[in-house]
Amino acid sequence: MRKQIITAILYTVVTTLLLGIAYPLGMTVLAHFLMPQKANGELITQNGALVGSKLIGQPFTGPGYFHSRPSAAGAGYDAANSSGSNLGPTNATLIARVQQSVQAWQASQPQNVAVQANVPIDLVTTSASGLDPDITIAAAEYQVPEVAHARALTEAKLKDLVQAHIQPRQFGELGEPRVNVLELNLALDRLTALAHTPQPVSR
Amino acid sequence: MTANGWFQIGLFFLLILLIARPLGIYMTRVFERRKTFLDPVLAPLERTIYKLTGVEAEKEMRWTEYAIAMLLFSFVSMLVLYLIERIQAWLPLNPQHWPGVPAVLALNTAASFTTNTNWQSYVPETTMSYLTQMAGLAYHNFISAAVGMALAIAFVRGISRREQNTLGNFWVDVTRSILWVLLPGSIVLALALVSQGVVQNLHPYDTAHLLEPQKVVTQDSAGKPVTQTITTQTIAQGPVASQEAIKMLGTNGGGFFNTNSAHPFENPTPFSNLLEMLAIFAIPAGLTVTLGRMTGSPRHGWAVFATMAILFFAGVTTAYWAEAQGNPLMRGVDQQVTATQAGGNMEGKEVRFGIANSALFATATTDASCGAVNSMHDSFTPLGGMVPMINIMLGEIVFGGVGAGLYGMLIFVILSVFIAGLMVGRTPEYLGKKIEAFDVKMCMLYILVFPLLILCLSAVTVLLPRLGLSSLANAGPHGLSEILYAFTSAAGNNGSAFAGLNANTNYYNLMLAITMLGGRFFMIVPMLAVAGNLARKKIAPPSAGTFPVTTPLFTTLLTGVILIVGALTFFPALSLGPILEHLLLYAGKTF
Repeated sequence: MRKQIITAILYTVVTTLLLGIAYPLGMTVLAHFLMPQKANGELITQNGALVGSKLIGQPFTGPGYFHSRPSAAGAGYDAANSSGSNLGPTNATLIARVQQSVQAWQASQPQNVAVQANVPIDLVTTSASGLDPDITIAAAEYQVPEVAHARALTEAKLKDLVQAHIQPRQFGELGEPRVNVLELNLALDRLTALAHTPQPVSR
Repeated sequence: MTANGWFQIGLFFLLILLIARPLGIYMTRVFERRKTFLDPVLAPLERTIYKLTGVEAEKEMRWTEYAIAMLLFSFVSMLVLYLIERIQAWLPLNPQHWPGVPAVLALNTAASFTTNTNWQSYVPETTMSYLTQMAGLAYHNFISAAVGMALAIAFVRGISRREQNTLGNFWVDVTRSILWVLLPGSIVLALALVSQGVVQNLHPYDTAHLLEPQKVVTQDSAGKPVTQTITTQTIAQGPVASQEAIKMLGTNGGGFFNTNSAHPFENPTPFSNLLEMLAIFAIPAGLTVTLGRMTGSPRHGWAVFATMAILFFAGVTTAYWAEAQGNPLMRGVDQQVTATQAGGNMEGKEVRFGIANSALFATATTDASCGAVNSMHDSFTPLGGMVPMINIMLGEIVFGGVGAGLYGMLIFVILSVFIAGLMVGRTPEYLGKKIEAFDVKMCMLYILVFPLLILCLSAVTVLLPRLGLSSLANAGPHGLSEILYAFTSAAGNNGSAFAGLNANTNYYNLMLAITMLGGRFFMIVPMLAVAGNLARKKIAPPSAGTFPVTTPLFTTLLTGVILIVGALTFFPALSLGPILEHLLLYAGKTF
């Protein structure tokens, strides 16, 4: 029995060094050697400043930008505190939150658009991570009239921009087609500059 | 539901079918200590480990010795994890300067990772240092999986050996699992994941400047609204890919981040998602082939595989259908499937995965005892969320955890053979071994410990308003589902959650730690007792009265036994949780 205990202790020490230290450090070195950009989170810099990661969503809530999905991570898109809402399907808070979002979306549509159009479901639901970088194509197209109005762009030009940012299914079959909101908005800023002031979060 | 969705589900299963056979044959060679192509690199490493730790590799162990070695190793390594968590503030690789983990939480986490559960009461990115994640948590991902594989192989030896007292050497089985299967698999998978964007670094968290600064209204301590402008986003980093790989391959499921495989840094693309799901099922599916090979009856292995496949498709079909329905209470929203959106119930799901991949992941992660999630089960529709719960309640034997799934399934196999024997009035035999009173008693003990833990502790918790109910995030039947899911997940060593439940309280941390330890070790010991007893028996040649375990009839009987045992045990509880919630949802009731 004493011998078994000593073996258990020694075995824990030896395998911790191999699996808990050597393996992750080795993988870190290897990843940085082979794929440094990916290993660091596909960060996007602009004019020398870090503006975000291609993979991590950012909050966009004011006019003139395509909006991200609602987020339950911290105060919204807190990438050091990922979280879903964890509200169940019969939770009154969830249903009220969604109905409030729906009304806000329909109210924000410019005059010339049918205000009663149903809102794409991803625009009024929180994602699992609270950091979803994407919206569906339907959600991007839904927002075109409002953004065009705020940016004084033609809808046709904006639709082309959305089309150019559609990420199709991976290898043609995997996952769902989507639009990366941060990349779309960065492209939008390159198209026309927007002098904006931050707006309170309304949804 | 879409044709593409079904295609992706079908593709996933086809790939598992293709992986199972070569991997199963390879693992047979590994555990029979025959030559493999990795020997030139690994054999010297193996010898070094035995030398440093004093393992006598040629010494065979009786089932009691095997069990004691397993318990000692689990205890020592659990203690080390607890200590690392407590003193992480003074250890290196802690760039965010997280303090030591509080005692009860550290205990819960140590129990959780030692038992291959990976239940997480904490938010990792605001609690655990990089060193704790690497040397504490990811380390246990390796060894709890290796212990599971060793136990499964010991059980298979019990079936295949005749008139012997021993089941193999615990340390050798664990070492060979690690070196020949888990470590090479993890290295390849980790690199593949990095290529998709899973991060792997030791940097402090990055600070990005938001493109559109946000005004956020919060409440101060006096409850007055305060408007703040947020201009930056802190992006958590870490050695994620190395941990992600073994988290999936070892069916552990403990996320590097709070939202697990839904977090874009853990699971950035649909392809990384496919790789992670394949990693969950690969080894458990391969082990069915190993079972067939080691017992000299490959068709028996495939008959068991077929039962698993039937239960898998039943689960994924139900979950996919339920989630595609959307939520009938939401008005003014478009939940239809179109060419431009996946539609359905998108609360708690990621756009890149949509409905099909979220339902598939939820099914796979609970068929196996993985517990990683790429969508929030708590926000699933009632019937969609019931699928993961039932999967765990059936004992996670649909491919199942690494090792644990196979020995769990073999307990049901013995029970099925016993029932078949009773039906025709002959002494039941399993692959030539007579199944006698002791074996059936131990199998029943294994089967009964599980619902006893889940149902009793859930019932006690529901009766405690301040300790139990105050942690709920949802009221009504969904609240019962949250508690039931927590104890089911802990007893089944799964680790996924209806995560709205605030489990980081002293009550839940302690109760769930007890449940996890009970669900692992109180079930392993009777299982090893059966294995030890079987190994001692003679092998009788098959006769006309032998019930064959290689036929569709056997597969049907086994499926039936699993479903009946599960249904009889858990249907009453389920009817008060998800089933009632489903009826109320369509009656328009909210809570």
